[in-house]
Amino acid sequence: MGENIFTGIASGLSGLLDGAGVPVLWNDVILMVVKLVAILVFILVNALWLVYMERKVAAYVQCRIGPNRVGPKGLLQTAADIGKLLSKEFTWNKYWDIVPYILAPVLIFVPPFMIYAVLPFGENMAAIDMNIGLFYFAAVASLTSIILWAGGWASNNKYSLVGAMRVVAQMVSYELPLVLALLGVVMLTGTLNMSEIVYAQENVWFIFTQPLAFLIYFVAGLAETNRTPFCLVEGESEIIAGPYTEYSGMGFAMFFLTEYASVMLISAMCTVAFLGGWLAPFGLTFIPSWLWFFLKMYVMIFIFMWVRWTYPRLRVDQLMGFGWKVLIPLCLANIFVTGVGMYIYRAIGW
Amino acid sequence: MLSDWGAVFLFLAIGVVFGAGGIVTSFLFHPYRRTETKQEVYECGVDTVGPTWVQFKTGYFLYALLFVIFDVETIYLYPWAVKFQSLGLFAFIEMIIFIFILIVGLWYAWKEGALEWK
Repeated sequence: MGENIFTGIASGLSGLLDGAGVPVLWNDVILMVVKLVAILVFILVNALWLVYMERKVAAYVQCRIGPNRVGPKGLLQTAADIGKLLSKEFTWNKYWDIVPYILAPVLIFVPPFMIYAVLPFGENMAAIDMNIGLFYFAAVASLTSIILWAGGWASNNKYSLVGAMRVVAQMVSYELPLVLALLGVVMLTGTLNMSEIVYAQENVWFIFTQPLAFLIYFVAGLAETNRTPFCLVEGESEIIAGPYTEYSGMGFAMFFLTEYASVMLISAMCTVAFLGGWLAPFGLTFIPSWLWFFLKMYVMIFIFMWVRWTYPRLRVDQLMGFGWKVLIPLCLANIFVTGVGMYIYRAIGW
Repeated sequence: MLSDWGAVFLFLAIGVVFGAGGIVTSFLFHPYRRTETKQEVYECGVDTVGPTWVQFKTGYFLYALLFVIFDVETIYLYPWAVKFQSLGLFAFIEMIIFIFILIVGLWYAWKEGALEWK
């Protein structure tokens, strides 16, 4: 029940347009725009909820109550915050490099949004079933650092500059472990298509066959989304808010939205690559596949938040040293062990 | 038929429109009160000293250079990993040699202190 609700809506709409005599190309375009708007709404609603959830988790970790004034149990807190940010002045500064300064918040949301296009939210529920999905993820995800750098540099603010430098150094260093960790999964499946990667986990999830890759991916994911313990980029006590220091109002809100969109994205990718995507564990198939995906994604997001409010921030030298001296050699070792392991596995002939 | 990349372009276009729309919408709502102080750089409350756009610490650039090398390696590793199961032992050993050369490079950078944060 409910299993085919979204695919059913899509094919129903397609049939309806077909019946109305719409050409195939326009039929596809209209269908894609509908999917796109659905994904956009999904991101926005979840980001609203995640900000609230983050504050609640933080509160309970620290034995507080958290937001509880606006709306029932404080649920409308984030909506009120967005309203406030929308009505705040976009201050103008005479020292900015104005073009990249404005472009950064406009473009910052684009890379994560583009990656959501290839995520399989359920069986046959990827907006674009791309044959090189995983590679596309790696390629587009790395664009974020350029945009953050543009914003930080154009602000003409010393804190922004230090923050932007740290963003580039950190994201560049941890992108390698992130991408190399996913390589083990690719070796096991022999495909870059995300749906096929999920299908390959029908018997055993890759978290069990690639535990090291999962850990590396998790740590690198924390660093890629600039979250504590890797939040040097916006270390409040030292550089105010890093590259976002000069941004006010909606400009800041776009960066904030993107942070939560990225957290969700990294968790969703983790679900696809290691936790069996939308596959139901223990044969519990009466729960629809998209709900399984959603549940697994939220478990990962919760762990992200848990880590954030448990560990203190690292120093820059520890951060870079850990990335280059520990994670990258471990990644290469993982690739080697996976390769040898697959040959042994084949030789034994299980 | 809409190709995959056509659909990606749609996502790109709507993403940019969404970002621009958010900023423009806020322009409709928010007040404009420009003052001399508000147009200053937001640092510590006192006037900023010296230019911001200066030559920066080279440590960051060493990491960027290393990143380029390893990222190119990753581009070669991905097609190999996709075809790993059908390529056979020869390709596996070749890739081990390839990775080994890169590890030597990493070791050299390590030895020369490029990975130390000073």
